[in-house]
Amino acid sequence: MQTTTANKSVFDVKDLNLWYGSFHALINLNFSMYKNEVTAIIGPSGCGKSTFVKTLNLMVNMIPNVHMSGEINYNDKNILNKKIDLVELRKQIGMIFQKGNPFPQSIYDNVAYGPRIHGIKKKKQLDEIVEESLKDVALWDEVKDRLQSAALGLSGGQQQRLCIARALATKPEVVLMDEPTSALDPISTLKIEELITKLKEKYTIVIVTHNMQQAARISDKTAFFLNGEVVEFSDTNQLFSNPSDKRTEDYITGRFG
Amino acid sequence: MENTTTSARERLVKSNKNKSNGELRGKMIVTLSAIIMITATVAITVFLATKGLQAFLVNGVSPIEFLTSTDWNPTDEGNPKFGAFPFIYGSLAVTLLSALIAAPIGIGAAIFMTEIAPAWGRKILQPVIELLVGIPSVVYGFIGLTVLVPFIRNQFDGIGYSLLAGTIVLSVMILPTITTIATDAMGTLPRNLREGSYALGATRWQTIRKVLVPAALPSLLTAIVLGMARAFGEALAVQMVIGNSRAIPSSILDTSATLTSIITLNMGYTTYGSVENNTLWSMGLILLIISFVFILIIRYLSSRRRI
Ligand SMILES: Nc1ncnc2c1ncn2[C@@H]1O[C@H](COP(=O)(O)OP(=O)(O)OP(=O)(O)O)[C@@H](O)[C@H]1O
Ligand SMILES: [Mg+2]
Repeated sequence: MQTTTANKSVFDVKDLNLWYGSFHALINLNFSMYKNEVTAIIGPSGCGKSTFVKTLNLMVNMIPNVHMSGEINYNDKNILNKKIDLVELRKQIGMIFQKGNPFPQSIYDNVAYGPRIHGIKKKKQLDEIVEESLKDVALWDEVKDRLQSAALGLSGGQQQRLCIARALATKPEVVLMDEPTSALDPISTLKIEELITKLKEKYTIVIVTHNMQQAARISDKTAFFLNGEVVEFSDTNQLFSNPSDKRTEDYITGRFG
Repeated sequence: MENTTTSARERLVKSNKNKSNGELRGKMIVTLSAIIMITATVAITVFLATKGLQAFLVNGVSPIEFLTSTDWNPTDEGNPKFGAFPFIYGSLAVTLLSALIAAPIGIGAAIFMTEIAPAWGRKILQPVIELLVGIPSVVYGFIGLTVLVPFIRNQFDGIGYSLLAGTIVLSVMILPTITTIATDAMGTLPRNLREGSYALGATRWQTIRKVLVPAALPSLLTAIVLGMARAFGEALAVQMVIGNSRAIPSSILDTSATLTSIITLNMGYTTYGSVENNTLWSMGLILLIISFVFILIIRYLSSRRRI
């Protein structure tokens, strides 16, 4: 496992284990994610990719019977520590889901949701955040004349970009994405990929994907998961061109998974 | 490709093999059921409309008087009075007031079951609700009469029989309707709405207040309106505790009467075809029309459902 980076690490995962009841879903994970980089998580279905990204913002805490051991150091602070402030953590670590999940409210209210719950009330300030976030996801021009219309009236790709804007509106440091394009057509997928490449200037991104071309195109580092373990973690170029583990090679050449 | 699939499909659809006798018989049975239901509804409506209009068309009771006058004295030999307004007022008042009590409790219980304690909340509340549904209305009335009326009499001035007693009995009776429908409404909200909100750092209350309740609002309102429809149509239990007076109540501690309670009380004492009997039918017609309005409201609300 070799990586080259000049950036500082945002997440340091140390000996992370997770159990659903008695099922050992994540086994001894050890790797780091770096600032302003895109880290791709790949691996066959059921290997623990979603489970892993959900540990990073502690969304796994909502699932009954989950327990964890080890450390997830976010900016050098272990978030598995009991005293962590979930509200603050999730404000800093946004999450995008497989299927766009806008609230059944207006476009404006969707984007303003995060800032509002975090205490911003001034209309002018909210207006600015909404505009900026929608511009960040290249949705502003498409929706600026109908900010008050229903978010569910947007197309699937627009809904997903709206959800990204909604996550960006809380000014996070990290954006977690769990197969954000798997429900989208190729054009919308391309738009989101371009967006991710642009977003990494400002944000740190962790993306789960089933699409290996996508991982190769947009990520700086890639972690290959298999049955709850990280088999290989290295620079994306290296992992795809010269994998050090036989199982990685089998997977990326399509021999299983 | 496209062509062959459609024609294959058409062949299947049109094929005689599928039109076996069993298929035809099944179709006839369900069609018949539908026809019987529609016929029954239409027949009742037409019958009620004809009977209900007779007081106005045959007996010459003024519809304006009927709807607006507060003077109800149908048995006065020389000068009978047919003002049903106090009963319309009583029906609407008791319906609205009971919804005012039952709606927050029912929706609160629904939120408790779906959001706060989904694991055991439902296990406890579900049987409670089913029990409430199973209690016959005469028993509600009886309990109201035995416990509530004396209680109100002792706490406040007056005789205990009152709009308040009717309201309380009815709110308990419509609670299961509101709770059940509200629980369904909350429970069928997509899980990713909750996740989306929590992932943005929202607390549970923020998620409930700002995402879940607004998303379920049309269905929650439907729950309330259905509860009101039930309250509006209930007769027996209300009649037992409301006091059945002819005047408009000036406070919730006054006695009152509803359209339904007047019908059940008087139908046995009037002769079929008499003016008084016909005006009772007119009240039935008003009940039907207002129920119809409730249905229209529910229709409108479901068309606005956002999820
Ligand atoms: N809530 C849960 N309770 C119990 N087991 C779970 C739960 N969620 C996931 N698992 C199990 O944990 C393992 C990892 O699941 P996870 O959803 O993380 O896989 P994944 O890599 O994201 O798969 P996919 O590519 O299909 O999305 C699977 O075996 C799954 O069955
Ligand atoms: Mg997954």
